[in-house]
Amino acid sequence: MNKTKLIIAGNGMVGHQFLQSLADSDQLDNFEITVFCEESRLAYDRVHLSAYFSGATAEDLAMGNAEMYRSWGLNVLTSETVTAINRADQSVTTDKGQTLPYDKLVLATGSYPFVPPVPGHDRQQCLVYRTIDDLDAIAAAAKNATVGTVVGGGLLGLEAAKALTDLGLKTHVVEFAPRLMAVQLDDGGGAMLRQKIEALGVSVHTEKNTQLIDDGEHCVHKMNFADGEVLETDLILFSAGIRPRDELARQSELEVGERGGIVINNHCQTSDPSIYAIGECALWNKQIFGLVAPGNQMAKVAVSHLTGGADSFTGADMSTKLKLMGVDVASIGDAHSRTPGARNYSFVDEREEVYKKLVVSADGKQLLGAILVGEAENYGTLLQYMLNGIHLPEYPDTLILPNRGDDEQTGLGVAALPETAQICSCHDVSKSDIRAALDSGCCTLADVKGSTKAATGCGGCSALLTDLVNHELEEMGIDVNRDLCEHFPYTRQDLYNIVRIEEIRSFDELLEKHGKGHGCEICRPAAGSILASCWNDYILTEQNVSLQDTNDTFMANMQKDGTYSVVPRVAGGEITADKLIVLGQVAKQYNLYSKITGGQRVDLFGARLEQLPEIWKILIEAGFETGHAYGKSLRTVKSCVGSTWCRFGVDDSAGLAIDLENRYKGLRAPHKIKFAVSGCTRECAEAQSKDIGIIATEKGWNLYVCGNGGMKPRHGDLFATDLDRDTLIRYIDRVLMFYIKTADRLQRTSVWMENMEGGLDYLRQVVINDSLNLGEELEQQMAQVVSSYQCEWKTTLENPEALKRFRHFVNSDAPDNNVVFVEERQQIRPATASEKSSLKAEPIKLVS
Amino acid sequence: MTTHTQWTPVCKQQDLVADSGICALIQDTQVALFYIKKEQAVFAVSNHDPFSQANVLSRGLVGSKDDQLFVASPVYKQHFCLKTGRCLEDDNTQIQAWPARIEKGQVEVLF
Repeated sequence: MNKTKLIIAGNGMVGHQFLQSLADSDQLDNFEITVFCEESRLAYDRVHLSAYFSGATAEDLAMGNAEMYRSWGLNVLTSETVTAINRADQSVTTDKGQTLPYDKLVLATGSYPFVPPVPGHDRQQCLVYRTIDDLDAIAAAAKNATVGTVVGGGLLGLEAAKALTDLGLKTHVVEFAPRLMAVQLDDGGGAMLRQKIEALGVSVHTEKNTQLIDDGEHCVHKMNFADGEVLETDLILFSAGIRPRDELARQSELEVGERGGIVINNHCQTSDPSIYAIGECALWNKQIFGLVAPGNQMAKVAVSHLTGGADSFTGADMSTKLKLMGVDVASIGDAHSRTPGARNYSFVDEREEVYKKLVVSADGKQLLGAILVGEAENYGTLLQYMLNGIHLPEYPDTLILPNRGDDEQTGLGVAALPETAQICSCHDVSKSDIRAALDSGCCTLADVKGSTKAATGCGGCSALLTDLVNHELEEMGIDVNRDLCEHFPYTRQDLYNIVRIEEIRSFDELLEKHGKGHGCEICRPAAGSILASCWNDYILTEQNVSLQDTNDTFMANMQKDGTYSVVPRVAGGEITADKLIVLGQVAKQYNLYSKITGGQRVDLFGARLEQLPEIWKILIEAGFETGHAYGKSLRTVKSCVGSTWCRFGVDDSAGLAIDLENRYKGLRAPHKIKFAVSGCTRECAEAQSKDIGIIATEKGWNLYVCGNGGMKPRHGDLFATDLDRDTLIRYIDRVLMFYIKTADRLQRTSVWMENMEGGLDYLRQVVINDSLNLGEELEQQMAQVVSSYQCEWKTTLENPEALKRFRHFVNSDAPDNNVVFVEERQQIRPATASEKSSLKAEPIKLVS
Repeated sequence: MTTHTQWTPVCKQQDLVADSGICALIQDTQVALFYIKKEQAVFAVSNHDPFSQANVLSRGLVGSKDDQLFVASPVYKQHFCLKTGRCLEDDNTQIQAWPARIEKGQVEVLF
């Protein structure tokens, strides 16, 4: 069969979605596909562009990648643009002069930023905000600038303003309309948003009509406004709306709209049925859709039509929720109350800076629209009311009034949603899709996200998705009770707060006040960990000892035969010859199996319970400390040698690693914590696979958080860049203490991050911008742990009561005769069951 | 095998660790002893973990499940009833349990 020659002009987010949908349809084999990508980069996430200035790299933003496209059999040409369509012979010509035939052509050419034709708009350092190249130009210009101005106070303009503040510029926003986000917000919402954004240091100028840009006196430019006022600035970003890229359509005489845009029908076909247009270049029913979700829908419809499906595009809801400079803003449906007979409810809290408005139908039964500024938790619920025409409660204002009672439910029960309700608009995932995913074996929120992609776009639906998944799981009879265990009707986080607030110092007290029964192997270690995180008392006190897992009880790691392994701390992996010799001597004297660990230290295996105190006496006299290899606590800070020795090193990674390990040693947490510090970007310490990873740069330290090796590898997220040492430590203090405060039991930082609503941005808000006003408290709590450090083994050796348990039998000095070793590769190993019973192998004599 | 059992003194009461375990050698048998503070009672079960084949049950965490006191194996976390030795996860597995008591500061096991 002849393959259909398919050309796609454009590889932005929607162009990528088209390819993804085609790949998902399993029909790639029927097409011979060529993709033209004007930029040098393949598709990337433009919605989160401003993250580029708060740490994300071009790689983080990437959506398409060459390898994936190759595996799909696509011919992808980057830095090449289609310049003409020859409809008569069905071919395209590119800026590189090549001509290619097509059977079907898809235009996904997107839009360009509108720059108002003000005299002076083309001066140096007058830029736009659309591509990563634009961002690089902005960053370069910002280096010599102190003041930056964004022209346009819409959604994109405010994103651009965030980028300028992230670059450290004094930022102004100039808007022609009387309020910010004029399309989405009303006067009340715009005013509240302005108040909040001005509090963040951005100056907002509304009703400003720029008439001339010329030389400034103190800055590079002077903006002259119609009202006679002027504003001096070094850098100008135009973000005054978008215009569709429809030049190909005009050149080839496809039908275009009066004000631009390639006219399409419900199948996304243009006036030439062999040519499709999708995304921001397309005009459907006289509308351009400047959001990614409708563009993605068009992409799917076009794929459906090309492959014989019946999907059609029938418009899209333009409701949106976003976080602008940390401020939640949402706009739903008819936010401006334009429907005849519409009635409004509004709620304003000037102290907390919250504005909410509901627009309801004349009979009060239907939600028509809403505006939320400062707090948008209910967005998902309200959107579902509007989209599905669900009857409002008797008093609709309960949906926006703060819930101060304990038991009053204002949210819409997810059970009320129809099967077709769209939960995630970015990826067009409906309630029935979620149920299908659960039916096919997904049993956690993370599974559902992975399988359906729901809540992985803008994230606006994550609260709703969580509710839905929990509800469905409960319906299926799967227990989603978040109580720690049958003894405590609380989550781990609740218990942590209880222990902190009530200053509870023992498990017995906690159980008596808030629990029941005798505890168990879940709540005892969890409480032990919480108590240790809060108060850092010695873990083997009479009160604490029964909370510890066997590894903590004996401060060593139990192996399969009941013997233990011993791991002394070797901070940063740096060790003297004398100490290395001591480790060798101890291993030899007690005939221990020796192995180098991944954390740059030495593990000595095969020590019997009663040998542990003797071994540690020798180690401590030689200057060693306990390594906490047994604890849910800081393990190691791995490092490379850094600039001290390495030809490439740019800073002293080993020195920093040692200081960090000594700072955080002994810190107990919901799970183990690993660090690494690399001295340059070659990353020899593999810091990006650690909970906390640090990489030296020419200007300081880059901090990565929430990485993991192990079972489910995860690259750490770049949290902040070019930090000085004090800031670095302050951020780590806060991140770790916030983790200890908010993580589930036995939840590594990687999973904690995956489940965190708002994700990396939220964590940055909390840690860097101190949005919860917790920073100082978290630092103090860490300072208390740091200052109360003790080597648990040293304390234990000085404590005869604690030492009593370090023998196998309470009433005999005999060793456990079930512990049998045989020799392998010149070292011991535990005998297998058959070796033990047949005694074929020569048992190694136990050292007494 | 002895046909009659008797209360055998094993150790002093202060050798016990509250809400935790220790191990005693009685004749050639390893016996795990647990003292539950709230009940002021001592329990004796085999120290041998049938799942890992290691002698380690005295080093497990104790607790309760629906009023049933248990020790959780420190190796693979199965629960054993302190009173009966029954494995809570596997009806076919049971470890030995012996009556135990505290008499005049002495811990005794009916062995």
